[in-house]
Amino acid sequence: MVRNAKDFWTGLIYIFFGSSAILIARDYSMGTAIKMGPAYFPTILGGLLLAIGVISVIRSFVIPGPAIGAFAIKGLVLVTVSVVVFGFVVRGLGVAIALPLLIIVSAYGSTRFRWRPTLVMAAGLTIFCVFVFLKGLGIPLPIIGPWLGG
Amino acid sequence: MELLSHLALGLQTAATLANLFYCFIGVFLGTAIGVLPGLGPTATIAMLLPVTFVLPPVTALIMLAGIYYGSQYGGSTTSILVNLPGEAASVVTTLDGYQMAKQGRAGPALAASAIGSFFAGTVSTFLIAAFGPPLAAVALKFGPAEFFSLMILGLVASVVLAQGSLLHAIGMVVLGLLLGLIGTDVNSGTQRFTFGIFELADGIGFVTVAMGMFGLGEIIRNLQDEEERSVMITKITGLWPTKEDFKRMVAPILRGTIIGSALGILPGSGSILGSFAAYSIEKKVSKNRAQFGKGAIEGVAAPEAANNAGAQTSFIPLLTLGIPSNPVSALMVGAMIVHGIQPGPSVITEQPALFWGMIVSMWIGNLFLVILNYPLIGMWVRMIMIPYQFLYPGILVFCAIGVFSLKNTEFDIYFMALFGALGYLLSKLGGEPAPMLLAFILGPLMEEYLRRAMLLSRGNPWVFVQRPISATLLALAALAMCSVLIPVFSKTREEAFVEGVG
Repeated sequence: MVRNAKDFWTGLIYIFFGSSAILIARDYSMGTAIKMGPAYFPTILGGLLLAIGVISVIRSFVIPGPAIGAFAIKGLVLVTVSVVVFGFVVRGLGVAIALPLLIIVSAYGSTRFRWRPTLVMAAGLTIFCVFVFLKGLGIPLPIIGPWLGG
Repeated sequence: MELLSHLALGLQTAATLANLFYCFIGVFLGTAIGVLPGLGPTATIAMLLPVTFVLPPVTALIMLAGIYYGSQYGGSTTSILVNLPGEAASVVTTLDGYQMAKQGRAGPALAASAIGSFFAGTVSTFLIAAFGPPLAAVALKFGPAEFFSLMILGLVASVVLAQGSLLHAIGMVVLGLLLGLIGTDVNSGTQRFTFGIFELADGIGFVTVAMGMFGLGEIIRNLQDEEERSVMITKITGLWPTKEDFKRMVAPILRGTIIGSALGILPGSGSILGSFAAYSIEKKVSKNRAQFGKGAIEGVAAPEAANNAGAQTSFIPLLTLGIPSNPVSALMVGAMIVHGIQPGPSVITEQPALFWGMIVSMWIGNLFLVILNYPLIGMWVRMIMIPYQFLYPGILVFCAIGVFSLKNTEFDIYFMALFGALGYLLSKLGGEPAPMLLAFILGPLMEEYLRRAMLLSRGNPWVFVQRPISATLLALAALAMCSVLIPVFSKTREEAFVEGVG
């Protein structure tokens, strides 16, 4: 029975990263203590992280702890997805489409979301960014991308 | 006197029109973004960092330092006016500051914060000027073993000061060190943990990680507590404190400055410990201790002075040893490396204009803060009142474009999103992002020093305890770690955080 969910899940995450580090580092040369190869330090750290993860998981069965609490699933998904989508389409569609998309999708994550002010903000911020970042600072992004014939 | 000639050189560097201008812009932008609720100094600096890359090194660092004080000061303003601390160090300011604001005394509270910060900033600037060079001279004798042990001490300190489970904080540090190793190994040229992705050959940029964990992660956290956020702004009448207020401020500011300066030098602590300690000491020694928590001006002045003093003196380990002591100075180290400056004891001798220019600009930046505060307070208040649902999509836009502009690649945008999600999940599970970011930046440096130390000692791992300075540093680290395990201290540690949060 898991008595401390935080310890349990964090432990699993540490075990995952720790063991992945050790496994991947097996492809690199280990070297010796005098002349450490690229695998040496990562293997030590991976082992340490693995040990911490195991202790954390064992502890989660022994010492009770507070529950994790509700996740902001909607916020987590919309914020992450909106940023990833922005990265995916910004070169192809251009800033004029990608920015409003980022703003509207992420703003939808708020419980106070309303269409009209969000659209006004999207338009205003996009124009601001085009002038400041694209024209002003010369960031190499298209306003209208090649997917739209820009 | 040598100190004066150094300061004169600094003044020469800092007082050029361009540097003054960028110092001002830094302080202004830092305050403007720092007052926005839910944006602490780390996220602010990460967001504005790309802008400074186009400037010459000295100017860029002056502007960054300005952004740092600005955002910290902006955070204090938000703490006092709306009870929303932007970062851990200004948590204690909310206790009495917000109470004062509720009683219609927001003006004197803001003034106490400004005067306290300015005084502390002035004193600690001289402290850096006085103690920097001798410390750097000691550090020049450091070998790789000493540097490695020093980094261990810094990481342990950040672990000890992290909130929540000690084990998880250590785990976050190790995870951060590992993630920092992603990319090409400098010694062998091997590409490590890159999964064949070309963009990972140079590793993941620290700005990407910082923006993800502190910018995006914070937004997701805020969306979770959205219902609880109530921005109630109080009316500000009469900015200037009364004569009585002034009298009550003097001693707390002095004590806060001393405590903050002393604790700020400790690697890993920065300004957090100082503001907590200053508040609790004031609560014990003050004549008006009954008023604490109900709007005592001492409870604003002391931690604000300590906060700023600590923020300044945390530059001492950064500038003399090249060891960042908190996420903000970790970002500064990253910025210095981008500009081709290897932070460390040799900066003072090799780039005196940079070193002294930065120190003098710190004082000038503090002066700007005080001057800026009075005429612009109305504008800050209006910025605080921007509802969060309009604010965060804007922050995302700036983060996304900013992180893209670093290397003009979409990959950094994806990694930022990834670290945002990871940061949120880990913080939800009780892992704090600050020690992880620090470790992320130190990772490659630590490996390098470990390698050199072991090479010099012919593979003998005892070298770290055989060399006296290294042994002392490790002993300090062990002591700090043990202090958390001793019941009395661990209880105080918990109480300090509970007091802060509650």
